[in-house]
Amino acid sequence: MDRIPILKLGGVLIVTIQVDMHDRLALALEEDLTAMIVRTGARAVLIEISALEIVDSFIGRMLVSIAAVSRVLDADTVVAGMRPAVAITLVELGLELTGIKTALNVERGMALIQSRLAEEDGFGGDREAHEG
Amino acid sequence: MSMDGAEVLKRTLIEDEAAILDAWYASLREGTSLQSGRIREAELQTQAKAVYGQLRDALANGGVDADGEQYTLLREALADISRSRAIQGFTPTDTANFVFSLKAPVFAAIGKAHGTDAATLAAGTWAASKVLDRLGLHTMEVFLASREEVIGRQGQEIAELSTPVVRLWDGILALPLIGTLDSARTGVVMENLLQAIVDEEAEIAIIDITGVPTVDTLVAQHLLKTVAAARLMGADCFVSGIRPQIAQTMVHLGVELNVVSKATLADAFALALRQTGRKVVRQQASAEGRR
Repeated sequence: MDRIPILKLGGVLIVTIQVDMHDRLALALEEDLTAMIVRTGARAVLIEISALEIVDSFIGRMLVSIAAVSRVLDADTVVAGMRPAVAITLVELGLELTGIKTALNVERGMALIQSRLAEEDGFGGDREAHEG
Repeated sequence: MSMDGAEVLKRTLIEDEAAILDAWYASLREGTSLQSGRIREAELQTQAKAVYGQLRDALANGGVDADGEQYTLLREALADISRSRAIQGFTPTDTANFVFSLKAPVFAAIGKAHGTDAATLAAGTWAASKVLDRLGLHTMEVFLASREEVIGRQGQEIAELSTPVVRLWDGILALPLIGTLDSARTGVVMENLLQAIVDEEAEIAIIDITGVPTVDTLVAQHLLKTVAAARLMGADCFVSGIRPQIAQTMVHLGVELNVVSKATLADAFALALRQTGRKVVRQQASAEGRR
């Protein structure tokens, strides 16, 4: 069975979805990702979906549940590169992905993750950088 | 001996031209076209005269088939008149009556010439009726087509006017909404905004609702949808321009907009600049500021 590759870059796990998601693939991704977070102790997950053209309620729910699981394991989830049509579909489905951070592209997503990590690490230590 | 209807009509139009035209002018004068003040009598008579001349020529060459080639010029002249009537705002009745009011004078002229010959009279009247009815219908068709065109163009212009996405700064977009938000428009607005976010790589979008007359629960829901979709794309969304009365109504109705909202577009823009790490400073202290 196909699996979606998960890349590790520092403390960040990167997933890019380049194929049409079907339900089994989504479930497998959730399982793999959870295992990977535990194994690597990753602090953040970046899911890049710019190639994803079709979403249904199941895929939307899967994104929410990945985020929830990651949060339990102390990792932030950022979804990057969502297409306008996908965003409209998710909103129409009533899935507003509350609790998931979003970014326009991978670059912005990484910047967002870095700033959050710096904020958490710097808490109490380098307070000035946070405020500036 | 009875005569061919087309021949009767042709001869009558040539022989009684002055009398028919006078009667036609009189009947046009009584019509409502002139009373509405949209056209002057002289202009109306010029048009009538031109149409009459072309009808006479067409009959001479092409018989009574008003769809035929001989009538092309006449049809075009009538089409021009109809189009200008449509743009000037004439009623359909006025427009149609321009041609139909020619019927009575023509029938009268045929009756005068052939009153004793029932068969010829009937044939002539039928020919005149056929031609003029066809021309009258043609006039109406063009009139309606022109009106449709005007309406279509207006609809398109409204749609274009109503959903502009403006770039205020690098990565900051504004969407000034004007008019009532319904589901169809929300769809267009959302698509335009999201596409602009992708194109401009915008971080912040400001939805300004100064031009939205009322905000009820439905409109609020549409706004929230747009904000949620923009957030999914990774852009922050502010709402600005909620007028005092609307703010009061919203609170009384229990409508909640759980988004960052600012009173004016300027405030929202200032916040957007601050959030993107920019600051506006005065380049030189003003005269008063310098003491």
